[in-house]
Amino acid sequence: MKKLINSVDNVEQEMIVGMVKAYPNHVRKLDCGNVVVRAHKKEGKVALISGGGSGHEPAHGGYVGEGMLDCAVAGAVFTSPTPDQIYEGIKAIATDKGVLMVVKNYTGDVMNFEMAAEMAEADGVSVKYVVTNDDVAVKDSLYTTGRRGVAGTVFVHKIAGAKAETGADLDEVHRVAQKVVDNVRTMGMALTPCTVPAAGKPGFELGEDEMEIGIGIHGEPGTHREKIRSADEIVTMLLDKIVADIDYSGKEVAVMINGSGATPLMELFIANNKVHDYLTEKGIKIYKTFVGNYMTSIEMAGFSISLLRLDEELKELLDAKADTPAFKQ
Amino acid sequence: MTDSSKVIEILKQIGEQIQMEKDFLTELDNVIGDGDHGINMARGFKEVEKKLADLSGKDIGSILKTVGMSLVSTVGGASGPLYGTAFMRAGVAVGAKTEIDGSDFIAALEAAIGGIEMRGKAHEGEKTMLDALIPALNAIKKSYAENNDFKAALAQGVEAAEKGVEYTKTIIATKGRASYLGERSLGHQDPGATSACLMLKVIDRML
Repeated sequence: MKKLINSVDNVEQEMIVGMVKAYPNHVRKLDCGNVVVRAHKKEGKVALISGGGSGHEPAHGGYVGEGMLDCAVAGAVFTSPTPDQIYEGIKAIATDKGVLMVVKNYTGDVMNFEMAAEMAEADGVSVKYVVTNDDVAVKDSLYTTGRRGVAGTVFVHKIAGAKAETGADLDEVHRVAQKVVDNVRTMGMALTPCTVPAAGKPGFELGEDEMEIGIGIHGEPGTHREKIRSADEIVTMLLDKIVADIDYSGKEVAVMINGSGATPLMELFIANNKVHDYLTEKGIKIYKTFVGNYMTSIEMAGFSISLLRLDEELKELLDAKADTPAFKQ
Repeated sequence: MTDSSKVIEILKQIGEQIQMEKDFLTELDNVIGDGDHGINMARGFKEVEKKLADLSGKDIGSILKTVGMSLVSTVGGASGPLYGTAFMRAGVAVGAKTEIDGSDFIAALEAAIGGIEMRGKAHEGEKTMLDALIPALNAIKKSYAENNDFKAALAQGVEAAEKGVEYTKTIIATKGRASYLGERSLGHQDPGATSACLMLKVIDRML
């Protein structure tokens, strides 16, 4: 394992402190745990909190700031943060308008955030939450814990964050967040594995000529493995699965081409080139495109495609101002 | 059967065993999850070990509750809330006692399992730690009711837990990250059931 670290025990904390030193006008770290909040607390709005394991940078700390999150809580690499850390975050940002938690659908994240919500509610804070579950790679059924929440979560941060900024109440912000959850779908793939620092070796192995389709953002196995194909073929494979899941025909969409950490922008743009051709052929209108590293998996090579179905309300909120370390417009 | 200082010793041993098996548990989790079960549990029990020093002389309920709180606040992931809730519930079940017997242990284990079911919204047969713990509880209860010999009952429980771990290889995961694998989770034993079985084995060895 070759990594630019000092010791595996300090990876998360040094990362957060380094980030805060880079963006002191946007974020500050709480004394307890790896929790970042907006540098200047804004009253009179619903406060948004999200988080999850570290290793997905710039998620989640990178989305703390005007128009997006008020707080991000970082757990150990690929491990959900603990309830006491989340609770500290909620206490730091809570306003009389309440708190919305944006949680990715992983058993650990849901349980830890729920426990934190129980603690905050005992203090009289109103807390609601949405669970993002955009990954079409995995089945959704009564018998499973449902789909994973992946890169589409960033759209929830952006749009629910914009809604909160208008001073809307908790029910309204929750409704809009859920609307994004209901309309966003994602599928990803990997070319090379990633190494969790504390594990010291790759979480999985892929042959030189292999790729993993439907991979999760923690390097957890995907739906299947096969011989690598061209960028265009891979894009088609992922999009076929996405557009088969909900009806995008005749709709306007926001597109996110998300790098997993080790994929150059060159390759992401190559992918995007095909994404646009594919969608245009299908009669799906592209309203806005985002290409970059939004929800990474340490140094995994690979990418995901997210499509968000838009209506007038979502378009307006998507276009609203955002000023965070990793997302500005 | 056992007192506060023995409980502390057992918890220390569980911690040591977890550190020893850290890579094995992580390895199991690599195949069907995200490869951090051993790392997370080791981090949690390192914290537990620090706390144990201050717990001598305390009642068993308080000891177990402190262990639960430490696990919740350090492990993270799904194992933190699950094992944390389990130890806290066990602590509540035992209460202010400084000595416990077989029926107290059974009540504590039953409460722990109830906590895991509640927190994880999980049942037996879903390829989780419950698949080791529930058969163990049933075997212990049955044997203890028949012979009133807790040591023998616990041995039966460990055997049932080991079988439970084997059983997790034959079922598809419907809870946790392994559930995203569907049928690909077949053939692999559950890391959570493995760590639960490991804890029972330590208790058995130490009593």
